[in-house]
Amino acid sequence: MGKFIGMRLLQLIPILIGITFLSFALMHSAEGDAVDVFYDRSGAVADEVKAIKRAELGLDKPFLTQYMNWVFGIATGNMGRSFISNKLVFETFADKLPATIELMVISMLFTICIATPLGILAAVRQNALTDNLIRFCSFIGNSLPNFLVALLLIYFFALKLNLLPIMGNAEDWKSIILPAVTLTISMGAKYTRQIRAIVLDELEKPYVIGARARGVSEGTILCKSVLKTVLITIITLLALSIGSLLGGTAIVESIFLWDGVGKMAVDAILMRDYPIIQAYVIWMAIIYVVINLSADLLYHYLDPRIRLNRKEE
Amino acid sequence: MVKYNKSLIAFIIPVALLLLLAIAAPYIVPYDPYAQSLHEALLPPDTMHWLGTDRYGRDIFSRVLIGAQTTILSSLLLLIIIAGFGSLIGIICGYHGGQLDSIIMRISDIFLAFPGMVFAIAVAGVLGGGILNAVAALALIAWPKYARLARSLVLTICHMPYMNAARMSGTGSVGMIRHHVFPNIAGPILVTAALDIGTIIMELAGLSFLGLGAMPPMAEWGSMMSNGRSMLQTAPWVIISPGCAIFLTVAAFNLLGDKIRDMFDPKQQEG
Repeated sequence: MGKFIGMRLLQLIPILIGITFLSFALMHSAEGDAVDVFYDRSGAVADEVKAIKRAELGLDKPFLTQYMNWVFGIATGNMGRSFISNKLVFETFADKLPATIELMVISMLFTICIATPLGILAAVRQNALTDNLIRFCSFIGNSLPNFLVALLLIYFFALKLNLLPIMGNAEDWKSIILPAVTLTISMGAKYTRQIRAIVLDELEKPYVIGARARGVSEGTILCKSVLKTVLITIITLLALSIGSLLGGTAIVESIFLWDGVGKMAVDAILMRDYPIIQAYVIWMAIIYVVINLSADLLYHYLDPRIRLNRKEE
Repeated sequence: MVKYNKSLIAFIIPVALLLLLAIAAPYIVPYDPYAQSLHEALLPPDTMHWLGTDRYGRDIFSRVLIGAQTTILSSLLLLIIIAGFGSLIGIICGYHGGQLDSIIMRISDIFLAFPGMVFAIAVAGVLGGGILNAVAALALIAWPKYARLARSLVLTICHMPYMNAARMSGTGSVGMIRHHVFPNIAGPILVTAALDIGTIIMELAGLSFLGLGAMPPMAEWGSMMSNGRSMLQTAPWVIISPGCAIFLTVAAFNLLGDKIRDMFDPKQQEG
């Protein structure tokens, strides 16, 4: 196990170098550097002044030197200042991250609570009316873009019925419901189908047939044996969908004015605030990679058979 | 197989109709989708304007039709780019192997480490608005999926007897890929592509919705919805029509995708 973790951590190094290099190159290729953006906002300035400022910030150095300095900065939590607010980028990011994590965790909990029972129910009632109804709903959920869901929810629950607040992050706990439900609908639709497939697979296994033959009730089989396997799979599914969830929060946050990193990034792009965008891309990628790694390790821990499969690869 | 093919037609028809609408859109629109007339702004749906008008008095029905062209055709363009380019890279890597293979696969690892939409949002932001830039941003992040798939497929067929036989009878690399590798791996790639179209349409529309894709006044479903956001309470028809258009299109493509998957892989068939 220790060796496995060590190897996975080693594999992380080139990935991290790649992520930082790509993000740096991307922002470097953007039109105008920090000095241009900074001075063009406060009116025209002579090129000499810009050159002095560039030398001060190290922007006249070769690309690779700049990249090294910048990576060193990230490692020490110094990612420069925002072009717009002049606040430290790292602090801004760290300020907004909890709101995004809160939204993601709540919508994941919603998803698990909805998709697990529905998936199991669909599998147990395979091809019956319930199954078809659930399949139809999950198909609809899968085909709805989240910005449409968000606007429809706002229209009905906030504007027409006046039940829930439109926009959030106030102390009001109700404000998280609409954004979380928006994210839940597309995720839940996917999970329901996948959980149904896993349960169907599991119900055909010899141990289930054996249990049935011994007279164990269907409910006990489901709760005691099948549910365990399903939960292991859900962990992988959740880890895999973190990526799309991170992207999805950007849209949902900016619709509901949820003050998280997704909204921060979208606002930064519209204002061409490159340091903020850079921080967003890098930290999202790092979070994504780390979560995937932990899910792998957890999966491995929960189901030791997976170790054998890995070695064969 | 015959039974499958018969029911396949039922799934192809809606998609074919949509494509036909998209191509024919400029010839069948009742009004000029870009003509503004402010005294007709924000009219609710009636017999004159079937889906109402937006805040510049433009006919929404016409804009949804023209938007079909923008949204569907740019999504297909994106799909062709990533499936074509990605598979080509995957085939070359799998077939060639060695140093080239490991370098390209490490590069694809890096792209796969980014959460897709996050990276696409940043790239689209740096490139600036425009539907083609949005296509480029999504293409940049999506190709490794197909490269990986094609590579693994090539590796599984690489040492099949018929491959060795073709090689021994003196077929060159290009001939091998064209006549033996590609036809044998095209199926699974086609299935993945068919299942992907729905997501691609939603992602492109999502970028436009954020203001990172199609730029006004271009008629595109995502940006039309974005324009209607502030008038949700007073004029909900402005967002509902393009929203339904996206939903119906994605649903039609998803149905076809599921059907194609079931055809190629009856084992995975649900139910």
